[in-house]
Amino acid sequence: MSDIKIAQTPPSIEGPGFQATSLDKIIGLARANSLWPLPFATSCCGIEFMATMGSNYDLARFGSERISFSPRQADVLLVAGTISKKMGPVLKQVYLQMAEPRWVIAIGACASSGGVFDTYSVLQGIDKVIPVDVYVPGCPPRPEQIIDGILKLQEIVKNESLRRRNSDEYKALLGSYGIQ
Amino acid sequence: MVNIDNEYILTEITNQFGDKVYSSYEPYGLLTIEFDKNSIKDLLSFLYNHQELQMQFLTDVCGTHYPDVKGKEIGVIYHIHSLINNVRLRVKCYMPIENPSIDSATFLFSSANWQERETFDFYGVNFVGHPNLKRILNADEMDYFPMRKEYPLEDGTRTDKDDSYFGR
Repeated sequence: MSDIKIAQTPPSIEGPGFQATSLDKIIGLARANSLWPLPFATSCCGIEFMATMGSNYDLARFGSERISFSPRQADVLLVAGTISKKMGPVLKQVYLQMAEPRWVIAIGACASSGGVFDTYSVLQGIDKVIPVDVYVPGCPPRPEQIIDGILKLQEIVKNESLRRRNSDEYKALLGSYGIQ
Repeated sequence: MVNIDNEYILTEITNQFGDKVYSSYEPYGLLTIEFDKNSIKDLLSFLYNHQELQMQFLTDVCGTHYPDVKGKEIGVIYHIHSLINNVRLRVKCYMPIENPSIDSATFLFSSANWQERETFDFYGVNFVGHPNLKRILNADEMDYFPMRKEYPLEDGTRTDKDDSYFGR
């Protein structure tokens, strides 16, 4: 008996030759288990992310086998490291190039809040320029914590309504960052 | 062959420039002089072209800000090095904060280009004669000189930081 776990089928009505379930759930399941990450690594958190992708921790087990180094094919932006104010517009540009649906994880104290760099040149958290879905604490976080952050994001993705990206709340959220 | 030590360097400079050398001291054996800022070009050229010294390497140019020393708030510090003789010299030039301007060293050292831009970026020192004096490290739209002790070090946009965790 193999110990490979296969994703659970969402609640559905089954009968001989058919299965009826919610489209939201099926698409959420597919998206959550094949997230393509785009690493935006600037410092030590980026090294932890590299360990996360390596064979010991192997993020590929969770469906993120393929690292996308092009924002256009990526689903989730992983910001790992200190972002200076000068780099803020660059980060925003990368985010704008990603196609919807898109998610963002802030890895580490610096990306989440500026960390120890409470100073004139450092952006006090990437949520000053782009919306963030999951924050991973730590300085730097261990790979287990990064994996936990990705699993948390998978829960968000699984339960996201297909209409969320068209909702007024979502547009207002992007509008608050000056993104149309 | 003369013995090139701090005493010799100071004697050579004093003989050439006299009372433009305001003071001198040797912290940790590094000869340091305070010099007239209006004659910095002459001093650098003199040391560069000197037969024995040949101080032809500019290690560093940096700025300082001492707000309590009236009339001498802003300083520009030059570190120059003689690769032939392996001796170093530090030159400090002070100027009032109302008009912090000094002649550029780019006529002599190409490496001064970057270092003076950086000093301008952080301290607002106007290097007269610099070919391209604009911000180099900070964001272009920044409207102040962040290393001057006129501004809080903390970022104004922080929202979730407790000062007690930062030793303040």
